[in-house]
Order: sequence, then structure tokens, then C-alpha cells
Amino acid sequence: MILVIGSNMTEAHPVAASFVKQAVLRGAQLYVVDPRRTALADMATLHIPIRVGSDVAFLNGLMHVLISENLYDREYVESRCTGFEKLKAKVQEYPPERASEICGISADMIRDVARRLASVKPGMLAYTLGITEHICGVSNVLSCANLQMLLGNVGFECGGVNPLRGQNNVQGACDMGALPNVFPGYQRVDNADARTKFEKAWGVKKLPDKPGLMIPQMIEGLTNGTVKLFYIFGENLANTEPDIRHVEHCLESAEFVVCHDIFQTETTRFAHVIFPAAAWSENDGTFTSSERRISRVRTASLPPGEAKPNWWIFKEIAKRMGHEWSAKSAREIWDNEISQLAPSMAGVKYARLRGDGLQWPAPNEEHPGTATLHRDRFTSGLGALTPVDWIPPAEVPDEDYPLVLSTGRRLYHYHTRTQTGRSAGLNDLLGEETADISPSDAKALSIGHGEMIGVKSRRGQVFVKANITDRIPQGVVWMAFHFREACANWLTNPAFDPITLTAEYKACAVRIEKVGEKTDQRI
Amino acid sequence: MSSGTFLLDGKTVSFRPGESILDAARKNATDIPTLCFLRGTTPTGACRICLVEVKGMRTLSAACSTPVSPGMEVLTDTPRVHAARKLNVELLLSSGRHDCLLCESSGNCKLQELAYRYQIDGSLFKKPDQFYPTEDANPLIVRDYSRCILCGRCVQACNELVVNRAISHGYRGAKSKIVTGGDAPYHQSECVFCGQCVEVCPTGALTEKKAKGTARAWETKKIRTTCPYCGVGCQMWLHVKDDRIVKVTAAEGAAPNRGRLCVKGRFGYDFIYSEERLKTPMIRENGQLREASWDEALDLVAAKLKETIERHGPDAIAGVSSARSINEDSYQMQKLFRSVIGTNNIDHCART
Ligand code: SF4
Ligand code: SF4
Ligand code: SF4
Repeated sequence: MILVIGSNMTEAHPVAASFVKQAVLRGAQLYVVDPRRTALADMATLHIPIRVGSDVAFLNGLMHVLISENLYDREYVESRCTGFEKLKAKVQEYPPERASEICGISADMIRDVARRLASVKPGMLAYTLGITEHICGVSNVLSCANLQMLLGNVGFECGGVNPLRGQNNVQGACDMGALPNVFPGYQRVDNADARTKFEKAWGVKKLPDKPGLMIPQMIEGLTNGTVKLFYIFGENLANTEPDIRHVEHCLESAEFVVCHDIFQTETTRFAHVIFPAAAWSENDGTFTSSERRISRVRTASLPPGEAKPNWWIFKEIAKRMGHEWSAKSAREIWDNEISQLAPSMAGVKYARLRGDGLQWPAPNEEHPGTATLHRDRFTSGLGALTPVDWIPPAEVPDEDYPLVLSTGRRLYHYHTRTQTGRSAGLNDLLGEETADISPSDAKALSIGHGEMIGVKSRRGQVFVKANITDRIPQGVVWMAFHFREACANWLTNPAFDPITLTAEYKACAVRIEKVGEKTDQRI
Repeated sequence: MSSGTFLLDGKTVSFRPGESILDAARKNATDIPTLCFLRGTTPTGACRICLVEVKGMRTLSAACSTPVSPGMEVLTDTPRVHAARKLNVELLLSSGRHDCLLCESSGNCKLQELAYRYQIDGSLFKKPDQFYPTEDANPLIVRDYSRCILCGRCVQACNELVVNRAISHGYRGAKSKIVTGGDAPYHQSECVFCGQCVEVCPTGALTEKKAKGTARAWETKKIRTTCPYCGVGCQMWLHVKDDRIVKVTAAEGAAPNRGRLCVKGRFGYDFIYSEERLKTPMIRENGQLREASWDEALDLVAAKLKETIERHGPDAIAGVSSARSINEDSYQMQKLFRSVIGTNNIDHCART
């Protein structure tokens, strides 16, 4: 049994989707929870089209049924989890009828789904950014975990809570400590022992002990003057962050901006210095996938012109600031530093990464790696069931902006197309953005398929062709952020989850207008 | 004889219940050639190349789709088997326009291999001279019907391996053809251009448009690497000629993707050769970017960092790392920020 929530897998993670579809062909049940009827939903046992941003209400409703009908895995919960009573009290506030009012799924269907989920074991839950890109992203994730623990599904092969990481090395960048609060291997910067360890390893007297800023705070810091120098390595923030107009204003305010990139991007327009970087197949190194698998990246050709590996650029800057780093290759960085410093990766050495790589934790060199976490007990001891409440998105439709805009990615492109836009063929398959709208909304405004329309939010406006499709529910507009001109991020709302500061890309209020009628000037 | 064994070319060998003759033979290092067989999908027995003799059976059996039974006597290399395979290869070779020297797949073609192995010249039967027109209206895949042997591997791959369900066997008899739904051109069909069909095609019927004319199979070296796009982390082979990637294929049998790739992983490699790549460091001067040397650019950045630390403290500096680049790059960047600059203001788009 597979439950997919907030994940348009066939387009964003096509190969993962193939495995899910294969499981369905072999008889697995598939439940797809998504406001849109995605391609995966076509193969599902049930498609459950909840309203945008109502995940917690729906999941709490399911858990209400599991507990009130005594369908949850009592033995698992009693032996491996804590916090059951509190969770029970919370989900009691979400009888199916109330959940139904919020999420738009009938109470009977909520009951039916809960019973079905409880009837098969193990069951896997997979989610993507449909869960995290909300102001309640953390609550959404906790809810998914609560559900899977109640069902006794965590700690088994083909079970668990499986986030599909959007980018090839998001997992790795986290593991490496490119986060404001942790060193490599998730060792906290506010832990004195961890600091001492890294101070010794890096040969410095004192490492900073206060967790640093997250991206949205950095960007805000540029306008309020707390951040003067902004160093952007391989990210196109001017297109990927919500509310492009505001972000560009912030980038303009920086005193000094340094970029590493392989191309000029919308973001390098703000740079004072740009370093030309080696790309993917011009490097030796490692990526870490969604399943914590560390795999090798190998060099096929040399970088063009004078472009250099990024790790070399950082090393050269360190040198000019009085720090000699000894590692002379990615391999030396990994073998002599990362695996020495991150206990969960201590057993990972380049020599061991020949074939299919290794899944961390691999604490020593004999360790075969770990495919499934929390096998007999939770890594942290007991699994914490954490009660959470539903909250609506930060911006909900009203009279002026009556529709919900939700965003994501399309099959043929990747992010801001710096790569796919320059790969022959891919651009031909999808050469422009569209705004996907439902037939009923199109009819109400007498918009025809392929007609240019204006999509407007409180932050901006774009002109884009309408793609009328019954995969979109009434009241929703769906767009991607691959194309600059019609990038959804001119419109999206810079409202953030209070803990992770993940932006609410998945919901903001917009209105659509026929072009030619009264539309505001292009912003 | 015990129930878990059978006789393979006179030797007693074991098998697992339900195993096909082909699988049992391969496990015992006995070679049975195949064309249509595709691991991980239902055997179809379409090509009749894996024929073997089973004692007590009047006709030859297809090894891929015949399960072993206890005590079965199987012969894989008799004159009768040889003649039958040879005849079937001869028929396949005569069914189309197999002019290897012009074919993109020369050197990477199962049919060519078998023709050589069975020493066939394809002159025994009359060849058809009419074929469906080549389908190449889309930007990525070329389907040349004159080289299609209707083995069905592409159909199996599309329907059972990647489960995109875009193509099937269409029409009948001499008109047989692999078709998309409604026999529409690929880019107007359900096809999502994962290229799995191209990867498994044993002949030159399906080829990659972008790779056309760039390299012969024997001229390339293969480099194993990891896909640069999504978080699945598919394992792939880069086919490289003269330091240039000409094609990407999936690493067969490797975790996690087990031989599959999607459209981005398979076809999204040539951005690295774009003329728009940044090739020298750049410095902004009077509002304009100009080319600079590494030393000049690195010195400037180091000086600016020092100056900012002196004037405003290390926390006035913030950095964003890349979730696309290798681990070692992110490690170096956070090390620079923490140990050299002295701030924890380092993040990446972990949440997008
Ligand atoms: S196109 Fe290739 S794989 Fe498909 S049936 Fe023809 S020869 Fe076989
Ligand atoms: S490219 Fe992929 S989807 Fe299209 S026909 Fe081939 S296997 Fe099927
Ligand atoms: S081939 Fe496709 S599914 Fe596999 S990692 Fe690359 S982008 Fe993801």
C-alpha cells in the first residue's frame, strides 16, 4: 500500500514514480492525495482531491477515525511511541464531519480511506513539496509522521515517511552542514562539544555558537542593513524565491554580492564578482540522494575556459584570508575531513563508493550502510506523536483575488531552466509557461484554451497562456517557475513556516483576467 | 533425481521453482542468445531466438517462457537448435533494411551480433521494399520502421518497466507496427520521452536524435555517474567521445533506478557545452561586468570579506550554498563561513 501526498511524482521524480506504478501493476493499492488529478492519480485506487492547504485537517480526520474505530496499531504505538494521549485529544477535535468542511472530502470518504489504510501492512507514505511549501509545512510533516506511526508503519521496508527531495543534492547539502544550525553530520553549532571538535579539526580558536540566518532572513537582512555581503553559490534566487519584485529589490540593496555559477542568471545581474564554476560532469565528487545514498559523480570533460571546481574556489579564498587547507581534491575532502567529522558517515570512503554507493548511516568501514531507518526502535528512542492543529494558508481567496494559485514543476524542465533550457530538445517539448485552470473557471470568464490571460496577485502580474484542463479543480490556478517572464514567483506570497522558513509556494490568492479587457500595466 | 534439479546439456543442475529455462541456464553459465527478452518484464517469446530442445517435446521450446520442471532434460546447443536459431535470425534480418554501415546502432545491435554469430548474409529471403515512413517529428527520438524486428522490447519497457503506457503493438500481419495511442506522432501522444524504449531496442529501429552521427559505439568510453537533476539519484553511463558526452544511458541493474532514466536524466546533458557558459571570472566596474583574472577576483573577494568583518562583524556576511553541486563543495563553503569568516549564516534551499 502506498499513500502519496503532495507529490506530483511522475513529473518531478519520474523514476521513483515508475516504481510506484510498477507496484500498482503488481497489485499494490495506491492512494493519491492531491488537489490536482495528477498522472499518478490516474493509476490510483482512489484519488483524494483535498483543498489546497488542508492537509492537516484531512490527516487529523483520518487519525480521528483510526482511533475512534480502534483501527490503529495499538501494540506498535504502546511499545514504540510516546504522546498518544495528547495526539488523541487533539484529533478528537477533528471528527470526519469537521475535517470534511475544511478539506472538501466527504466524511464518508475520510472514513473509508482510514479503514483502507489500516487494512494493509506495511504501508508507505511519500510526500514532496506539496507538504512542506506551506506556512504550516512543519505541521504537515508531523501529521504525516503521526499517521504512519499510528498505523505502525515506520521502521519497515516499504513503510515509513519518505520525502522525495526536489533537487539532486538537497540531502547532501543538509548532510554537509550548509544549514545555519548544524555542522556536517547534523552536529549542532550550539553544542560546546561539537564546536570543540570542529575547532580542533579546522585548526581555529573559536567557532560561532549562535545559529545563523536562514535564506529569507538573509534576504530581508539585505534591506535592513544587517547583511552587507551576500555570497550566492549556484542558486538563482532572483527567480526561485517568492515575490520576485521584492527579492530583486533586496538583492539590489546588498553592498557586495559574490556569485559562483556556470551561467549568467537573473541573480548574477546583481553580482559584483562572478566566479565561473565547473559543472556536474566536470567534477569528481559525490551526490546524496533522497534515500541517503551517497553516489559518485565523475569527470567526463574539463570545464570550459578558466572555470574551476567550486571547492577549489572556497579553498583559495580561505588561503587569502590566512587559512591553508590541505585537501587537494574532492576525494581528499571527503576521506580526510567529512568522513572523519560526521560519525554517521564515518564508514563512507571513496574506495567504498564504486558501484551503487552507500546509504548513511554507515558508522564504520565494515558497515554495509542503512536502507531503512528506525528499524527496531526510533533513532531518538521513542517515536514522538505530536498533536498539530490545522491553520489556513496565509493568504486565502477573497473578493478581489478569488482563486488559489498553487505552483510546482513540470516534466521537461528543472527549476529556472539554466540547465534544461540549454539542453537540445527539452525546450522544444515545452517552450513556454501556461496557467492551468479548470474548465468551469475558464467558462465563467469565457477564456478559451491557449488564450493569453493575466494572472494577478497582490505582488505582481504575469501574462501567460491559459491551459484549460479538468485535472485542475475549480478555484485553482496552477503554474510553474521555469520561465522568467511568466514565472509564478512574480505572484507567490513570501509567507513562511515559522520554524523552517519555508515559503508558501503552494498557496496564494490570485485573480485571472482576459487580456484586452482592463488589465493593469505590466509590473 | 531430486525435485530441485534438471539436466542442462547433460549436467545435473539445480533450479528454483517457477524459474524459466533461460534464467536457470544463465545462472549456470550456459549461454542462450535472446533478442526480445527484457529482464524485469513478462517474457513474450516473440523472437524465437532462445529456442532449446526439451526431451519429450515435439517442437523446440522458447527458453525465456518455458518453466523448468524437475528432471527435465534440456539441450541448448544441438544442430537442430542451431539451425532453428539461424533460420530465425535469417528471417529477422530479411524483414527489414539492415544496412549496418549506415545504421546509427552499428556495433550496438543484437541483430548484427547474431547475424555474425550465425554467419548469415540475409540473402535467403526476399526483403520487403515498402516500410512505414520514419517517425522523427519530435526532437529526441527517431523510430525507423525499416529496422524494426517487432521484438516488442520497447513495448515491454514502456508498459512494464517505466509504466508510461504510451506504445503498443498495432495493426496485424504484414501491417504490424509499434504505435502510440491512435498512432499519433510521439510528441502528440502519451509519450513522456523517457527514452527507455530507445535504450532497450536491440536494433537501429529506435535511436536518439541528439546522438545521431556523433560517435560509433566502439569509439566511446563509458563513465559511470549520478544524474544532476532530481533527488532520486539515478545511476547512469556517460558515453564520451573526445571528452564530449554524446549519449547517456542507464546503469543496468544498479540501485536505485535499476536501468531506468527519465527525460531530464537521459537528454538533459548538453547544457554543459553551451556557448553561454561562464569562462572567466568577472568583476563589476562602474556598473559593468568585465573579465578578470582569478587572482584579481579572488583577492577582491577576500579583501571585501575582511573589510566587512572589520567594519560590521562576521554576521554581516551571509551565504547560500547550492543544492545541486557536489557534497564536497557545500562542505567547503560552510567551512569557509564558519571557520574563516566566523559566522553560521550559511544556508541552502533545503526547503525547496
Ligand atoms: S522498435 Fe526496437 S524494440 Fe521496438 S519492436 Fe522494433 S526492434 Fe523491437
Ligand atoms: S520514450 Fe518512454 S514513454 Fe515514450 S514510448 Fe519510449 S518508453 Fe514509452
Ligand atoms: S533520471 Fe530523472 S528520475 Fe532519475 S535522478 Fe535524474 S531527474 Fe531524477
